[in-house]
Amino acid sequence: MSGPSTYVPSSAIGRWFESRLPIMGLMHGSFVAYPVPRNLNYFWTFGGILSFMLGAQIITGIILAMHYTPHVDYAFGSVEHIMRDVNWGWFIRYTHANGASMFFVAVYIHMLRGLYYGSYKAPREVLWILGVIIYLLMMATGFMGYVLPWGQMSFWGATVITNLFSAIPLVGDAITTWLWGGYSVDNPTLNRFFSLHYLLPFMIAGVVILHVWALHVVGQNNPAGVEVKNIERDTLPFTPYATVKDAFGLVCFLIFYAWFIFYAPNYLGHADNYIEANPLVTPSHIVPEWYYLPFYAILRAIPSKLGGVVAMFGAIVILAFLPWLDTSRVKSAKFRPVYRVFFWAFVLACVGLGYLGSQPPEGGFVIAARLLTIYYFGFFLVIMPLLGLFETPKPVPASIADAVLAKNGAAAQAHS
Amino acid sequence: MVHTKKISLVAAILAGALAFSMSARAQDHAHATPTPERQSWTFGGPFGGFDKGQLQRGFKVYREVCANCHSLSRIAFRTLAEEGGPGFSESQVKALAAEYKVKDGPDDKGEMFERPGRASDRFPAPFPNPEAARAALGAAPPDMSVLAKARSYSRGFPLFLVDPLIQYQEHGVDYIYALLNGYTNKSDQNWNAYFPGNKIGMAKPLSDGQVEYTDGAPATVQQYAKDVSAFLMWTAEPALEKRKKTGFRVMIFLILFAGLLYFTKKKVWAGVAH
Amino acid sequence: MASASTAEPTRRDMLYIATGAAAAVGAGALAWPLINQMNPDASTLALASTEVDVASIPEGGILTVKWRGKPVFVRHRTKKEIDEAQQVKAADLPDPQTDQDRVKQSTISGAAHPEWLVVVGVCTHLGCVPLGHQGDFDGWFCPCHGSVYDTSGRIRSGPAPRNLDVPTYAFTAATKLQIG
Repeated sequence: MSGPSTYVPSSAIGRWFESRLPIMGLMHGSFVAYPVPRNLNYFWTFGGILSFMLGAQIITGIILAMHYTPHVDYAFGSVEHIMRDVNWGWFIRYTHANGASMFFVAVYIHMLRGLYYGSYKAPREVLWILGVIIYLLMMATGFMGYVLPWGQMSFWGATVITNLFSAIPLVGDAITTWLWGGYSVDNPTLNRFFSLHYLLPFMIAGVVILHVWALHVVGQNNPAGVEVKNIERDTLPFTPYATVKDAFGLVCFLIFYAWFIFYAPNYLGHADNYIEANPLVTPSHIVPEWYYLPFYAILRAIPSKLGGVVAMFGAIVILAFLPWLDTSRVKSAKFRPVYRVFFWAFVLACVGLGYLGSQPPEGGFVIAARLLTIYYFGFFLVIMPLLGLFETPKPVPASIADAVLAKNGAAAQAHS
Repeated sequence: MVHTKKISLVAAILAGALAFSMSARAQDHAHATPTPERQSWTFGGPFGGFDKGQLQRGFKVYREVCANCHSLSRIAFRTLAEEGGPGFSESQVKALAAEYKVKDGPDDKGEMFERPGRASDRFPAPFPNPEAARAALGAAPPDMSVLAKARSYSRGFPLFLVDPLIQYQEHGVDYIYALLNGYTNKSDQNWNAYFPGNKIGMAKPLSDGQVEYTDGAPATVQQYAKDVSAFLMWTAEPALEKRKKTGFRVMIFLILFAGLLYFTKKKVWAGVAH
Repeated sequence: MASASTAEPTRRDMLYIATGAAAAVGAGALAWPLINQMNPDASTLALASTEVDVASIPEGGILTVKWRGKPVFVRHRTKKEIDEAQQVKAADLPDPQTDQDRVKQSTISGAAHPEWLVVVGVCTHLGCVPLGHQGDFDGWFCPCHGSVYDTSGRIRSGPAPRNLDVPTYAFTAATKLQIG
């Protein structure tokens, strides 16, 4: 994905094939010879981890679809059938259900890394926007997947989220009815959600290919936030350097993942989803999956139906405009002492919104959610544009090689 | 100086938000039911497994007491003999299944008929449908197949963050156990300390000496509650033992593998500045 | 790069081999659950036997029952049909087998009852269901590719390679047949 390759296969058959379909050269150029900045830290292993998670979710998902029945009368029972009767069914389902959470853990780290090191800035705007599209598709996929077990949270989550669209003026109710395929969430809804839940991951995979393509055109950002100037001095070949580092990062992540699969498989879910869906009884308190909670808090912070929906979707869409909202010429927060403080405050605000999203919308919780919502939008709309104009950044190294030398020099001094 | 001002503003906003949520939490706790006490279970922790004797006693309690109203529709008789369960023998399960009447059909004449249960059948429900149960009892009792996973309670901040680390995942059984021991108002059989709102449809179901134990375990409400809760954990999560055993192997493997990769990575990167 | 650590080639190579081997073991162990999930599950395995009341089958009649998702023919053979099946010399057949062999499980309280023939109703050619009382040998005829079976369910002509399979079965009472 980084242009014509100089790769020449060693065997005659390989050369014959390569001159007809240069796929080996493409792979070699993308994942072997591809130059990687030598100063990347472990936050840069999350791209590989996310690719692994997408693959894992698709494989376990295809397997679950072999045993699952998308019908309101059988869906809940078929999930229990998977858990009880299918060989290793419990393992595959827990891997898939917790895999969704792990996917979001990894994507949030990946996104915050981009936010911290300024990875969205020129020339990586398209790369970043493709990432926002992947994130949106992930949210849609995760939401529809949560509906499939047809528990109480599935049903009522689907009801609440599809009702968001009824906030649209004039056509809202028609759109909601169209989404449902009826007058409430019912069998047609479950069927279409199953179909789309199966489709969307492949669309994600398609956008991921574009994302990686764009990445390999502009090259990776790095902790110093300076572009590669000299391939020899600034970079290392992807294989073996990045491959082995990514592999180590991935296995560490798998330890964390496996802990949930085997020792706390239902911790990230909600107990009410083990009660079969009942359209006549709403659970006392509906909460979405944890990875939507900050947005759910923003939705409830606004005391108007349409306003809440607009704010919630706006909170995601605003990410796409980040390359133009940030006016600073320095990429990495390493050299932006003031931005760094606001960045960590933003992380805390997101965690805070997440907590508030899980609490009932009453009293102090609502006020707190409003304050944090103001900060969330203020961070993007006020702080980012102004900070670039007022902040005095620290001196930025001239090249990646210089950044490495400076770091190693400091380490050597500390040792002596 | 502009910077310091902004930073303090951010700090003030966050502190304010935190204070508000804290006070809201305090209000929330004032009118809530007590938190169920954490019990010690043989199936807790990374090496936990079921106590076969306890599951058999729990099954007896279910059969003689709970089954009058509560179904167990997702459980097949055969699973009582499966590994990691109560450990009944195949012939015991066959005999047990045959004591139940199971609806089958249609036969050659197109009619439904009743026949003795087989090991492959699931537990027949005490009522043909939830409406019939509601008509007879005033409320439809929940199916008990996954009840231990369908009930839970929040331990609140910050304990809920600690629970996955210390592998405390028995909130559901602890709640059921607490509920069965929560009929503390002698004058009202439908008052329960742990049920949200305290008004529970199920009148006190257990009393001392109600179920006969043959293995010397005390015939008390506490013991019945403990045993039947454990049994419900098994019905909800029959693969629990296998899951934890597999998990231990996977963890050992992943940690060793991570160690190998760590040293490989160090070796590969040893010669280059980074 | 090559000159970086040539001092201890064996130790380095051992490390790489061990890491590679661990990756292979991990991938292999993970593959098993993903493959094994397609094998029959516990609820399917538990349905391995079926009970049939054969009292209603008249002499000469065939009852088709479902067992493991497949049709099983229970045939109440007439005297003539039994004689036809027994008079053939097994050695002359494409898949040599005597009729006695094929009905040896048809015993009620220890006595042989050759009038009961129980075969899996799946043509051994490509899995179609043969039609009863048809073909040159009064047994079965498969409409898909023209295999002809006799009154003992043995292949007599056509492309099928084997006789119709005989499932495991037993009479638990005079008219109660348990298949599987």
